[in-house]
Amino acid sequence: MADILKRNKALSVNPLKASQPIGGSLATLGFNRSIPMLHGSQGCTAFAKVFFVRHFREPIPLQSTAMDQGSSVMGADENVREGIRTIAEKSRPALITILTTGLAETQGADVHRNIREFREANPEFADIAVVGVNTPDFTGSVETGYAATLTEIIRALVPNAKEAGTYPGKRKRQVNVLANYTLTPGDLEALRDIFEQFQLRAVFIPDISDSLDGCLTDEDFSPVTIGGTPLSEMATLGDALATVVIGPSLHKAGELLEERTGVPTYALDHLYGLKANDALISALAEISGREVPERIERQRSQLQDAMLDTHFMLGQLRIAIAADADLLNAFVELVQEMGAEVVAAVTSCNVPLLARIPVATIKIGDLEDMEHIGKANKAQLVIGNSHAVDTAERLGTPILRAGFPLFDIIGGYQKTWIGYRGTRQTLFDLANLVINYSHEEIPVYRSVYAQKPASELTDYPLSCH
Amino acid sequence: MKSTKDIAVLLDEPACEHNKKEKSGCAKPKPGASAGGCAFDGAQIALLPIADVAHIVHGPIACAGSSWDNRGTRSSGADLYRIGMTTDLTEQDIIMGRAEKRLFHAIKQAIDTYSPPAVFVYNTCVPALIGDDINAVCKSAQERWGVPVVPIDSAGFYGTKNLGNRIAGDAMVNHVIGTRDPDPLPQIAAHEGIKVHDVNLVGEYNIAGEFWHVLPLLDELGLRVLCTLSGDARFREVQTMHKAEVNMMVCSKAMVNVARKLQQQYGTPWFEGRFYGITDTSQALTDFAKALDDADLTARTKALIQREESRVRKELEPWKARLKGKRVLLFTGGVKSWSVISALQDLGMVVVATGTKKSTEEDKARIRELMGEDTVMIDDGSPRALLKIVHDYQADILIAGGRNMYTALKAKVPFLDINQEREFGYEGYQGMLELVRQLALTIESPVWEAVRAPAPWKIKTPQIPPAPPLLKGGNSMVEAA
Repeated sequence: MADILKRNKALSVNPLKASQPIGGSLATLGFNRSIPMLHGSQGCTAFAKVFFVRHFREPIPLQSTAMDQGSSVMGADENVREGIRTIAEKSRPALITILTTGLAETQGADVHRNIREFREANPEFADIAVVGVNTPDFTGSVETGYAATLTEIIRALVPNAKEAGTYPGKRKRQVNVLANYTLTPGDLEALRDIFEQFQLRAVFIPDISDSLDGCLTDEDFSPVTIGGTPLSEMATLGDALATVVIGPSLHKAGELLEERTGVPTYALDHLYGLKANDALISALAEISGREVPERIERQRSQLQDAMLDTHFMLGQLRIAIAADADLLNAFVELVQEMGAEVVAAVTSCNVPLLARIPVATIKIGDLEDMEHIGKANKAQLVIGNSHAVDTAERLGTPILRAGFPLFDIIGGYQKTWIGYRGTRQTLFDLANLVINYSHEEIPVYRSVYAQKPASELTDYPLSCH
Repeated sequence: MKSTKDIAVLLDEPACEHNKKEKSGCAKPKPGASAGGCAFDGAQIALLPIADVAHIVHGPIACAGSSWDNRGTRSSGADLYRIGMTTDLTEQDIIMGRAEKRLFHAIKQAIDTYSPPAVFVYNTCVPALIGDDINAVCKSAQERWGVPVVPIDSAGFYGTKNLGNRIAGDAMVNHVIGTRDPDPLPQIAAHEGIKVHDVNLVGEYNIAGEFWHVLPLLDELGLRVLCTLSGDARFREVQTMHKAEVNMMVCSKAMVNVARKLQQQYGTPWFEGRFYGITDTSQALTDFAKALDDADLTARTKALIQREESRVRKELEPWKARLKGKRVLLFTGGVKSWSVISALQDLGMVVVATGTKKSTEEDKARIRELMGEDTVMIDDGSPRALLKIVHDYQADILIAGGRNMYTALKAKVPFLDINQEREFGYEGYQGMLELVRQLALTIESPVWEAVRAPAPWKIKTPQIPPAPPLLKGGNSMVEAA
């Protein structure tokens, strides 16, 4: 539906995009006792680490193959093998992902071969899962890197139903949930709660609500993740009743999982807004064969009430959104449900989903593009990450912070957006941003004949508030 | 791409003590067990604070995408440095060899949109590997558009952050410094009978605006700062650095090549100093007077030091009582160590151990002098090793770089951030007051007890004696558990 405007300038100004290795790292960090290793120079890892630490305010396990001048030119195979071996010896994790960077891919690295070589040379580490993923930063974004990594982890760790003897429904209450990068730790907690109300046990793949939720543990320090999806769960996915895939970017990962296990897939684009959550609840009612619990019905009514309360502020509101495709789509549908208009839609790279996002045009570009389009179309509100705060300031609009990274607020990583309750809170937040910001008021008019006290002319200068 | 020879020349820094030892430059990082940034990271940190320049990162998205919008350093006006710019190279650019062309047009776009006084182009790994000639692109762009375009050849794989600092300094010496003479002294700045001296500060980044605690003092003494490389600097200031009478290397030796080359090329003397703590701030001011050899300045400096020291010491009194005897584990890993040690000792605090990973023998001797012979010196900066020392030596607080913040917090140990990314300024006499406030804020916080104590239902029913009241200190609660 949408007209896609490709990048047409040489310089990217105030980039919206974050790299594929960042996405791949995030997906890895949702598994228990895991650590990603970026195959590139040290800086690739250092920057990614700072990126996550600023967002999650947590220590982040992340390693590097530390390519230098010699290995960049002469080949870095040994860097990969030595890197895996060092991590295996030092911290014996359950999962190591090797994520390539632009440097390694340009050089022509073959991490899959390196991993095989490591396997042959080091049988003593056979119990450690090592998964290589091609995630160069000269294509794609966080979204594609996350999806590719999750796909490869499934490929490596989920056995074929036939060989493993799994069959759908063997575990009568288990539902697999492939969770995309838009779901925060807070979202996953809320989602688990919704599943439990249907007497269902959700297995999140991956589960950052158990590893990046900001939890103080008894352990002082760990070089690998504490919490996240246990790798042992991967063998049970074939026994689940169903798989719920959240986010179009995980479509391929979902297909692979179904192909391996035969477990039927329910694909949902997102969980923002009334309609999207109706789809979720209907699916859960069907999967569990249970009535929708009263508490959820109550929450749905509360959301409807909030929609009435906030439609005065959000109706016809001109909104500019900058986000990767899955998140962009979720916000577009949410605000359109409220009667708002998306006047600027900017995303970081081209993916199939874009074509069906219900807006006239989508610009593949950066925050400068959003600023220009938003200005031309008189945007009244911006939705974007912390980098977009300055953009919103220049546009003279309030901003709803969403996406990656959120570094100028505390607890952004934990916000719950999804479900009827999360949606209700999002609507309140949006409405409050608009109420508290100066909107278009009728300018004061003072009649030349008026009998107001003379002091008012100086005490109340003409201006909006 | 820089040749191995070019890199070897950069690594050979006669003005750095490390140079003489086998670890000259810096040790080779180990795959799977490395920490720290790359040369590009170092170059960008060193120059990004030049606030009115268009900083273009030539590479795919990861280099700029995860690092732009650095808020540590502050500018008093221009803010172009906060606009992230990158050529965001695509697969097609790389395969089809279009990266140079994209860069050329990117430079034009930056000039057209923002009219900067100069453009800096940072080279990164991928274009270095495919052989983009950024020197040539910058040169022809400069000729074509009439704006200085400076190549900073800083591919990450060349080496460490430290090397990147040097590459950045080198680029300034080779392309920028000496291209303009300083403005005449402004009329309003003229004081009766005071001779104004021109000076530079190299390696001062104005983190959180902390240099603004010091600059008024330099103004008062009649020291005109031509340029701070690079905190709150402008391109036109960097151009005039060759005209200073003396250069001060602030805190770190990372850009010592700038001071050395300015001495070689222009005969400018330089000295090392810091503005952390009362002692070092006074020392730096005294060293300026000494280097400039001006009797009147020396007398006025003395008076100013006396005035400021007595003022600050008085204001510090109540804080000293609160911080006296508190035990500190200091892990800065650099030459900053002994400078901060004297600041903490000024407060009556006890430094139980300090990081010396990047310190020279000379630094270590100085640390021993300050802290006594049996000082613990830490080379292993791994989180586990740091926490062990915190526990073994019963430190009340860990002072370290932001990277270690969550190491400390997760282990429920009070923490103070001392590096680049921090949000508070500690320089100068005034900065000391901020330092003590932050130290007390974390050390005295009631949250430590709250997070260390187990949940009430986790405390097993005591046989004998009854559980101690909750008023006790944090450590005893841990033991009780």
